[in-house]
Amino acid sequence: MHPVRPYWRALPGTQPEYLHPTYTSTAKRSPTRPLVRMPQTLSEVTGPIFGHDAVGAGPQDDLTKQHAGEPLGERIVVSGRVLDEDGQPVPHTLVEVWQCNAAGRYLHVNDRHDAPIDPNFSGCGRMLTDAEGRYRFVTIKPGAYPWRNHYNAWRPAHIHFSLFGRAFLTRLVTQMYFPGDPLLPADPIFNSTADPMARDRLVSTFDWETTEPEFALGYRFDIVLRGRDATPASA
Amino acid sequence: MHLPATASQTVGPYFAIGLDALLRTDLAPADVPGRRVMIAGRVLDGDGAPVTDALLELWQANAEGKYAHPDDGQERAVDPRFQGFGRVSTDATGAFRFATIVPGRVPGPDGTLQAPHILVSVFMRGLLKQLVTRIYFPDDTANAGDPVLAFVPTERRGTLIARPEPAGGFTWNVILQGEDETVFFDF
Repeated sequence: MHPVRPYWRALPGTQPEYLHPTYTSTAKRSPTRPLVRMPQTLSEVTGPIFGHDAVGAGPQDDLTKQHAGEPLGERIVVSGRVLDEDGQPVPHTLVEVWQCNAAGRYLHVNDRHDAPIDPNFSGCGRMLTDAEGRYRFVTIKPGAYPWRNHYNAWRPAHIHFSLFGRAFLTRLVTQMYFPGDPLLPADPIFNSTADPMARDRLVSTFDWETTEPEFALGYRFDIVLRGRDATPASA
Repeated sequence: MHLPATASQTVGPYFAIGLDALLRTDLAPADVPGRRVMIAGRVLDGDGAPVTDALLELWQANAEGKYAHPDDGQERAVDPRFQGFGRVSTDATGAFRFATIVPGRVPGPDGTLQAPHILVSVFMRGLLKQLVTRIYFPDDTANAGDPVLAFVPTERRGTLIARPEPAGGFTWNVILQGEDETVFFDF
Protein backbone atom coordinates (compact mmCIF):
# COMPACT_ATOMS: atom_id res chain seq x y z
CA MET A 1 0.00 0.00 0.00
CA HIS A 2 1.23 3.45 -0.82
CA PRO A 3 -1.12 5.83 0.97
CA VAL A 4 -1.10 9.40 -0.25
CA ARG A 5 -1.92 12.54 1.66
CA PRO A 6 -4.47 14.18 -0.61
CA TYR A 7 -4.58 17.91 -1.24
CA TRP A 8 -7.75 19.78 -0.34
CA ARG A 9 -10.31 20.79 -2.90
CA ALA A 10 -11.07 24.47 -3.41
CA LEU A 11 -13.68 26.07 -1.18
CA PRO A 12 -16.79 26.99 -3.19
CA GLY A 13 -16.39 30.21 -5.15
CA THR A 14 -12.71 30.68 -4.38
CA GLN A 15 -11.50 29.57 -7.81
CA PRO A 16 -12.81 30.58 -11.24
CA GLU A 17 -14.92 28.28 -13.37
CA TYR A 18 -13.56 27.43 -16.81
CA LEU A 19 -16.44 29.08 -18.66
CA HIS A 20 -16.73 32.74 -17.76
CA PRO A 21 -18.80 34.30 -20.55
CA THR A 22 -17.74 37.91 -20.01
CA TYR A 23 -14.16 36.79 -20.69
CA THR A 24 -14.87 35.94 -24.29
CA SER A 25 -11.81 33.73 -24.90
CA THR A 26 -13.22 31.16 -22.49
CA ALA A 27 -16.12 30.38 -24.86
CA LYS A 28 -14.10 28.24 -27.27
CA ARG A 29 -11.41 27.14 -24.86
CA SER A 30 -13.26 25.79 -21.83
CA PRO A 31 -14.26 22.13 -21.63
CA THR A 32 -17.92 21.41 -22.37
CA ARG A 33 -18.00 17.94 -20.83
CA PRO A 34 -17.88 17.36 -17.10
CA LEU A 35 -14.39 16.91 -15.72
CA VAL A 36 -13.72 13.35 -14.60
CA ARG A 37 -13.29 13.25 -10.88
CA MET A 38 -10.62 10.81 -9.72
CA PRO A 39 -8.73 10.07 -6.50
CA GLN A 40 -5.37 11.71 -6.07
CA THR A 41 -2.55 9.26 -6.64
CA LEU A 42 1.20 9.33 -6.15
CA SER A 43 1.41 11.00 -9.58
CA GLU A 44 -0.56 14.06 -8.48
CA VAL A 45 0.82 14.49 -4.96
CA THR A 46 4.39 14.52 -6.22
CA GLY A 47 5.58 17.21 -8.59
CA PRO A 48 8.56 18.86 -10.17
CA ILE A 49 11.27 20.33 -8.02
CA PHE A 50 12.24 22.71 -10.72
CA GLY A 51 14.23 25.79 -11.47
CA HIS A 52 16.80 25.73 -8.69
CA ASP A 53 19.57 25.78 -11.27
CA ALA A 54 17.86 28.55 -13.25
CA VAL A 55 17.96 31.33 -10.69
CA GLY A 56 20.82 33.23 -9.24
CA ALA A 57 22.63 33.97 -12.47
CA GLY A 58 22.19 37.66 -13.16
CA PRO A 59 19.68 40.13 -11.76
CA GLN A 60 16.63 37.94 -12.27
CA ASP A 61 14.94 39.33 -9.18
CA ASP A 62 15.56 42.92 -10.27
CA LEU A 63 13.73 43.71 -13.49
CA THR A 64 15.20 47.21 -13.52
CA LYS A 65 18.78 45.94 -13.83
CA GLN A 66 18.58 43.69 -16.87
CA HIS A 67 19.70 46.25 -19.45
CA ALA A 68 22.26 49.00 -19.92
CA GLY A 69 19.91 51.69 -18.62
CA GLU A 70 17.06 51.91 -16.14
CA PRO A 71 13.53 51.37 -17.39
CA LEU A 72 11.11 54.28 -17.29
CA GLY A 73 8.31 54.18 -14.78
CA GLU A 74 7.66 54.07 -11.08
CA ARG A 75 10.16 51.72 -9.41
CA ILE A 76 8.50 49.36 -6.92
CA VAL A 77 9.45 46.50 -4.62
CA VAL A 78 7.09 43.52 -4.49
CA SER A 79 7.45 41.01 -1.68
CA GLY A 80 5.42 38.48 0.20
CA ARG A 81 5.25 34.96 1.47
CA VAL A 82 4.21 31.75 -0.19
CA LEU A 83 2.21 29.68 2.27
CA ASP A 84 0.06 26.58 2.20
CA GLU A 85 -3.52 26.51 3.46
CA ASP A 86 -2.26 25.63 6.95
CA GLY A 87 -0.25 28.82 6.95
CA GLN A 88 3.03 26.93 6.69
CA PRO A 89 5.71 28.47 4.48
CA VAL A 90 6.48 26.92 1.12
CA PRO A 91 10.27 27.13 1.04
CA HIS A 92 12.64 27.04 -1.91
CA THR A 93 10.00 27.01 -4.61
CA LEU A 94 10.31 28.70 -7.98
CA VAL A 95 8.44 31.98 -8.53
CA GLU A 96 8.29 33.24 -12.12
CA VAL A 97 6.88 36.71 -12.89
CA TRP A 98 6.17 38.62 -16.07
CA GLN A 99 4.54 41.94 -16.89
CA CYS A 100 4.19 44.79 -19.36
CA ASN A 101 6.20 47.99 -19.10
CA ALA A 102 5.11 51.26 -17.52
CA ALA A 103 3.38 52.30 -20.74
CA GLY A 104 1.26 49.15 -20.86
CA ARG A 105 3.22 47.36 -23.58
CA TYR A 106 4.48 43.77 -23.44
CA LEU A 107 7.72 42.83 -25.13
CA HIS A 108 5.90 40.28 -27.26
CA VAL A 109 5.34 40.05 -31.00
CA ASN A 110 1.57 39.68 -30.57
CA ASP A 111 1.15 42.84 -28.49
CA ARG A 112 0.00 45.48 -30.97
CA HIS A 113 -0.98 48.15 -28.46
CA ASP A 114 0.28 51.50 -29.72
CA ALA A 115 2.42 52.28 -26.70
CA PRO A 116 6.20 52.49 -26.64
CA ILE A 117 8.51 49.56 -26.02
CA ASP A 118 11.09 50.36 -23.36
CA PRO A 119 14.53 49.20 -24.53
CA ASN A 120 15.54 48.87 -20.89
CA PHE A 121 12.71 46.59 -19.81
CA SER A 122 12.00 42.96 -20.69
CA GLY A 123 9.42 42.30 -17.99
CA CYS A 124 10.63 38.86 -16.88
CA GLY A 125 11.84 37.79 -13.45
CA ARG A 126 12.33 34.64 -11.42
CA MET A 127 13.42 33.74 -7.93
CA LEU A 128 13.15 31.07 -5.25
CA THR A 129 11.35 31.53 -1.97
CA ASP A 130 13.63 31.40 1.07
CA ALA A 131 13.36 28.99 4.00
CA GLU A 132 10.40 31.01 5.38
CA GLY A 133 8.62 31.11 2.03
CA ARG A 134 9.54 34.75 1.39
CA TYR A 135 10.20 36.23 -2.02
CA ARG A 136 11.10 39.75 -3.13
CA PHE A 137 11.77 41.46 -6.44
CA VAL A 138 12.27 44.94 -7.81
CA THR A 139 10.45 46.14 -10.91
CA ILE A 140 8.53 49.10 -12.28
CA LYS A 141 4.79 49.44 -11.88
CA PRO A 142 3.12 48.01 -14.99
CA GLY A 143 0.70 50.17 -16.94
CA ALA A 144 -2.91 49.48 -17.82
CA TYR A 145 -3.56 48.51 -21.42
CA PRO A 146 -6.51 48.02 -23.75
CA TRP A 147 -7.62 44.61 -25.00
CA ARG A 148 -10.35 43.63 -27.39
CA ASN A 149 -12.54 41.60 -25.07
CA HIS A 150 -15.38 44.13 -25.19
CA TYR A 151 -15.91 47.80 -26.03
CA ASN A 152 -13.38 50.05 -24.28
CA ALA A 153 -11.90 47.13 -22.40
CA TRP A 154 -8.80 47.85 -20.29
CA ARG A 155 -6.81 45.45 -18.16
CA PRO A 156 -6.03 46.80 -14.71
CA ALA A 157 -2.32 46.96 -13.92
CA HIS A 158 -1.12 43.50 -12.98
CA ILE A 159 1.90 41.24 -12.64
CA HIS A 160 1.67 37.58 -13.67
CA PHE A 161 2.91 34.99 -11.16
CA SER A 162 3.70 31.31 -11.70
CA LEU A 163 4.41 28.99 -8.76
CA PHE A 164 5.08 25.29 -8.30
CA GLY A 165 4.82 24.40 -4.63
CA ARG A 166 5.34 20.85 -3.44
CA ALA A 167 3.14 18.86 -5.79
CA PHE A 168 1.70 18.69 -9.28
CA LEU A 169 -1.59 19.74 -7.65
CA THR A 170 -0.16 22.86 -6.00
CA ARG A 171 0.81 24.41 -9.34
CA LEU A 172 -0.63 27.93 -9.54
CA VAL A 173 -0.61 30.66 -12.15
CA THR A 174 -2.22 33.89 -11.03
CA GLN A 175 -2.10 37.68 -11.34
CA MET A 176 -1.32 40.32 -8.73
CA TYR A 177 -3.22 43.59 -8.87
CA PHE A 178 -2.69 46.98 -7.25
CA PRO A 179 -4.82 48.59 -4.53
CA GLY A 180 -7.33 51.22 -5.57
CA ASP A 181 -7.19 50.46 -9.28
CA PRO A 182 -10.43 51.87 -10.77
CA LEU A 183 -10.34 49.29 -13.56
CA LEU A 184 -10.76 46.30 -11.23
CA PRO A 185 -14.59 46.32 -11.01
CA ALA A 186 -14.87 46.16 -14.80
CA ASP A 187 -12.23 43.50 -15.47
CA PRO A 188 -13.70 40.10 -16.45
CA ILE A 189 -10.51 38.22 -15.56
CA PHE A 190 -10.21 39.70 -12.07
CA ASN A 191 -13.93 39.13 -11.56
CA SER A 192 -13.87 35.52 -12.78
CA THR A 193 -13.72 34.35 -9.16
CA ALA A 194 -17.15 34.48 -7.56
CA ASP A 195 -16.12 35.06 -3.94
CA PRO A 196 -15.35 38.77 -3.41
CA MET A 197 -12.93 37.95 -0.61
CA ALA A 198 -11.04 35.59 -2.90
CA ARG A 199 -10.84 38.38 -5.47
CA ASP A 200 -9.57 40.83 -2.89
CA ARG A 201 -6.74 38.49 -2.03
CA LEU A 202 -5.42 39.02 -5.58
CA VAL A 203 -4.93 42.71 -4.79
CA SER A 204 -1.58 43.55 -3.26
CA THR A 205 -1.39 45.97 -0.36
CA PHE A 206 0.77 49.05 -0.17
CA ASP A 207 3.25 48.27 2.57
CA TRP A 208 5.46 50.69 4.50
CA GLU A 209 7.73 47.88 5.64
CA THR A 210 8.50 46.93 2.06
CA THR A 211 8.81 50.56 0.97
CA GLU A 212 12.44 51.66 0.88
CA PRO A 213 13.35 55.30 1.63
CA GLU A 214 14.67 57.30 -1.30
CA PHE A 215 14.21 54.21 -3.51
CA ALA A 216 10.82 52.65 -4.15
CA LEU A 217 7.28 52.07 -2.89
CA GLY A 218 6.64 48.59 -1.60
CA TYR A 219 3.72 46.25 -2.22
CA ARG A 220 2.98 43.07 -0.33
CA PHE A 221 1.42 40.05 -2.00
CA ASP A 222 1.09 36.77 -0.10
CA ILE A 223 0.23 33.66 -2.05
CA VAL A 224 -1.46 30.55 -0.68
CA LEU A 225 -1.01 27.19 -2.40
CA ARG A 226 -3.22 24.15 -1.86
CA GLY A 227 -2.70 22.37 1.43
CA ARG A 228 -3.49 18.83 2.53
CA ASP A 229 -4.42 16.54 5.36
CA ALA A 230 -1.88 15.70 8.02
CA THR A 231 -2.54 11.97 7.75
CA PRO A 232 -2.71 9.71 4.70
CA ALA A 233 -5.98 8.62 3.18
CA SER A 234 -6.66 4.93 3.67
CA ALA A 235 -7.02 4.44 -0.07
CA MET B 1 -5.82 27.77 10.67
CA HIS B 2 -7.14 27.65 7.17
CA LEU B 3 -6.13 30.14 4.50
CA PRO B 4 -8.02 29.59 1.25
CA ALA B 5 -5.73 28.97 -1.71
CA THR B 6 -5.07 31.97 -3.94
CA ALA B 7 -7.38 32.15 -6.96
CA SER B 8 -5.98 31.07 -10.30
CA GLN B 9 -5.86 33.54 -13.19
CA THR B 10 -5.14 32.98 -16.85
CA VAL B 11 -1.55 32.92 -18.13
CA GLY B 12 -2.77 35.28 -20.83
CA PRO B 13 -1.32 35.68 -24.31
CA TYR B 14 2.14 36.84 -23.31
CA PHE B 15 3.36 34.10 -20.95
CA ALA B 16 6.32 33.46 -23.22
CA ILE B 17 7.96 36.52 -21.67
CA GLY B 18 8.04 34.88 -18.29
CA LEU B 19 8.01 31.15 -18.94
CA ASP B 20 9.79 30.43 -22.23
CA ALA B 21 13.24 30.79 -20.71
CA LEU B 22 12.64 27.56 -18.84
CA LEU B 23 11.09 25.49 -21.63
CA ARG B 24 12.06 21.82 -21.32
CA THR B 25 11.32 19.94 -24.54
CA ASP B 26 13.73 17.06 -23.95
CA LEU B 27 13.03 15.52 -20.57
CA ALA B 28 15.68 12.82 -20.63
CA PRO B 29 19.35 13.30 -21.44
CA ALA B 30 20.75 10.61 -23.77
CA ASP B 31 22.23 8.49 -21.01
CA VAL B 32 19.02 8.20 -18.97
CA PRO B 33 17.80 4.59 -19.08
CA GLY B 34 14.43 3.90 -20.66
CA ARG B 35 12.61 3.56 -23.94
CA ARG B 36 12.99 6.89 -25.72
CA VAL B 37 9.90 8.35 -27.38
CA MET B 38 8.90 11.51 -29.20
CA ILE B 39 5.38 12.73 -28.51
CA ALA B 40 3.87 15.37 -30.76
CA GLY B 41 0.42 16.82 -31.21
CA ARG B 42 -1.72 19.86 -31.58
CA VAL B 43 -4.01 21.89 -29.36
CA LEU B 44 -7.37 22.70 -30.97
CA ASP B 45 -10.17 24.95 -29.73
CA GLY B 46 -13.94 24.61 -29.99
CA ASP B 47 -13.87 25.65 -33.65
CA GLY B 48 -11.15 23.13 -34.42
CA ALA B 49 -8.78 26.06 -34.83
CA PRO B 50 -5.19 25.66 -33.67
CA VAL B 51 -4.36 27.19 -30.31
CA THR B 52 -1.11 28.97 -31.05
CA ASP B 53 -0.56 30.29 -27.53
CA ALA B 54 -0.82 27.22 -25.30
CA LEU B 55 1.69 25.94 -22.77
CA LEU B 56 1.85 22.31 -21.70
CA GLU B 57 3.68 21.07 -18.63
CA LEU B 58 4.54 17.41 -18.16
CA TRP B 59 5.25 15.33 -15.07
CA GLN B 60 6.26 11.70 -15.06
CA ALA B 61 8.13 8.96 -13.23
CA ASN B 62 11.39 7.48 -14.47
CA ALA B 63 11.61 4.14 -16.23
CA GLU B 64 11.59 2.37 -12.87
CA GLY B 65 8.31 3.99 -11.88
CA LYS B 66 9.90 6.34 -9.34
CA TYR B 67 9.17 10.05 -9.08
CA ALA B 68 12.05 12.43 -8.37
CA HIS B 69 10.26 13.74 -5.30
CA PRO B 70 10.61 13.20 -1.54
CA ASP B 71 6.97 12.12 -1.17
CA ASP B 72 7.60 9.07 -3.36
CA GLY B 73 8.48 6.61 -0.61
CA GLN B 74 9.08 3.64 -2.89
CA GLU B 75 12.42 1.93 -2.45
CA ARG B 76 13.47 2.49 -6.02
CA ALA B 77 16.35 4.52 -7.39
CA VAL B 78 16.00 8.16 -8.39
CA ASP B 79 18.07 9.04 -11.43
CA PRO B 80 19.66 12.45 -10.73
CA ARG B 81 19.75 13.18 -14.47
CA PHE B 82 16.00 12.79 -14.82
CA GLN B 83 13.75 15.36 -13.17
CA GLY B 84 10.60 14.14 -14.89
CA PHE B 85 9.43 17.64 -15.77
CA GLY B 86 8.77 19.11 -19.19
CA ARG B 87 7.42 22.43 -20.46
CA VAL B 88 6.52 23.00 -24.11
CA SER B 89 4.58 25.68 -25.95
CA THR B 90 2.59 25.47 -29.17
CA ASP B 91 3.76 27.06 -32.41
CA ALA B 92 1.91 29.03 -35.09
CA THR B 93 0.10 25.85 -36.15
CA GLY B 94 -0.91 24.85 -32.64
CA ALA B 95 1.69 22.07 -32.64
CA PHE B 96 3.95 20.94 -29.83
CA ARG B 97 6.47 18.12 -29.41
CA PHE B 98 8.68 16.74 -26.72
CA ALA B 99 11.12 13.87 -26.22
CA THR B 100 11.17 11.68 -23.15
CA ILE B 101 11.32 8.11 -21.92
CA VAL B 102 8.32 5.89 -21.23
CA PRO B 103 7.72 5.99 -17.47
CA GLY B 104 7.44 2.86 -15.40
CA ARG B 105 4.34 1.82 -13.50
CA VAL B 106 3.62 3.67 -10.28
CA PRO B 107 1.29 2.77 -7.40
CA GLY B 108 -2.39 3.63 -7.61
CA PRO B 109 -5.16 3.58 -5.00
CA ASP B 110 -5.88 0.48 -2.92
CA GLY B 111 -2.74 -1.44 -3.78
CA THR B 112 -3.22 -1.20 -7.52
CA LEU B 113 -0.54 -0.36 -10.07
CA GLN B 114 -1.12 2.35 -12.65
CA ALA B 115 -0.28 1.87 -16.30
CA PRO B 116 2.58 4.04 -17.62
CA HIS B 117 1.35 7.60 -17.99
CA ILE B 118 2.47 11.22 -18.19
CA LEU B 119 0.56 13.98 -16.40
CA VAL B 120 -0.18 17.10 -18.43
CA SER B 121 -1.20 20.59 -17.31
CA VAL B 122 -2.56 22.84 -20.04
CA PHE B 123 -2.35 26.62 -19.80
CA MET B 124 -3.52 29.26 -22.27
CA ARG B 125 -5.28 32.56 -22.74
CA GLY B 126 -8.95 31.82 -22.17
CA LEU B 127 -8.24 29.23 -19.48
CA LEU B 128 -8.69 30.77 -16.06
CA LYS B 129 -7.07 27.73 -14.43
CA GLN B 130 -5.06 24.91 -15.88
CA LEU B 131 -6.64 21.80 -17.34
CA VAL B 132 -5.17 18.50 -16.19
CA THR B 133 -5.08 15.39 -18.31
CA ARG B 134 -2.91 12.30 -18.92
CA ILE B 135 -1.08 10.62 -21.75
CA TYR B 136 -1.14 6.81 -21.84
CA PHE B 137 0.67 4.60 -24.32
CA PRO B 138 -1.13 2.37 -26.85
CA ASP B 139 -0.84 -1.39 -26.78
CA ASP B 140 0.17 -1.44 -23.14
CA THR B 141 -1.67 -4.35 -21.58
CA ALA B 142 -1.62 -2.52 -18.25
CA ASN B 143 -4.07 0.08 -19.62
CA ALA B 144 -6.94 -2.40 -19.25
CA GLY B 145 -6.45 -2.54 -15.48
CA ASP B 146 -5.45 1.06 -14.90
CA PRO B 147 -7.32 2.41 -11.86
CA VAL B 148 -7.58 5.95 -13.27
CA LEU B 149 -8.75 4.99 -16.77
CA ALA B 150 -11.44 3.02 -14.95
CA PHE B 151 -13.01 6.34 -13.88
CA VAL B 152 -13.25 7.49 -17.51
CA PRO B 153 -16.28 6.57 -19.60
CA THR B 154 -15.18 3.84 -22.01
CA GLU B 155 -15.98 5.82 -25.14
CA ARG B 156 -13.77 8.71 -24.01
CA ARG B 157 -10.69 6.76 -22.90
CA GLY B 158 -9.17 6.96 -26.36
CA THR B 159 -8.57 10.70 -25.90
CA LEU B 160 -5.95 9.83 -23.27
CA ILE B 161 -4.07 7.24 -25.33
CA ALA B 162 -1.36 8.35 -27.71
CA ARG B 163 -1.43 7.05 -31.27
CA PRO B 164 1.66 5.37 -32.75
CA GLU B 165 3.03 6.96 -35.90
CA PRO B 166 4.37 4.77 -38.74
CA ALA B 167 7.58 6.80 -38.78
CA GLY B 168 8.03 6.32 -35.03
CA GLY B 169 6.91 8.32 -32.07
CA PHE B 170 3.40 9.08 -30.93
CA THR B 171 0.68 11.59 -31.63
CA TRP B 172 -1.48 12.90 -28.81
CA ASN B 173 -3.73 15.94 -29.21
CA VAL B 174 -5.51 18.27 -26.83
CA ILE B 175 -9.06 18.82 -28.10
CA LEU B 176 -10.72 21.46 -25.93
CA GLN B 177 -14.32 20.95 -27.03
CA GLY B 178 -16.58 18.81 -29.17
CA GLU B 179 -17.07 15.20 -30.17
CA ASP B 180 -13.50 14.16 -29.40
CA GLU B 181 -13.03 16.46 -26.43
CA THR B 182 -10.05 15.38 -24.36
CA VAL B 183 -10.82 14.02 -20.91
CA PHE B 184 -9.76 16.46 -18.22
CA PHE B 185 -9.59 15.53 -14.56
CA ASP B 186 -10.85 17.09 -11.39
CA PHE B 187 -9.15 16.52 -8.05
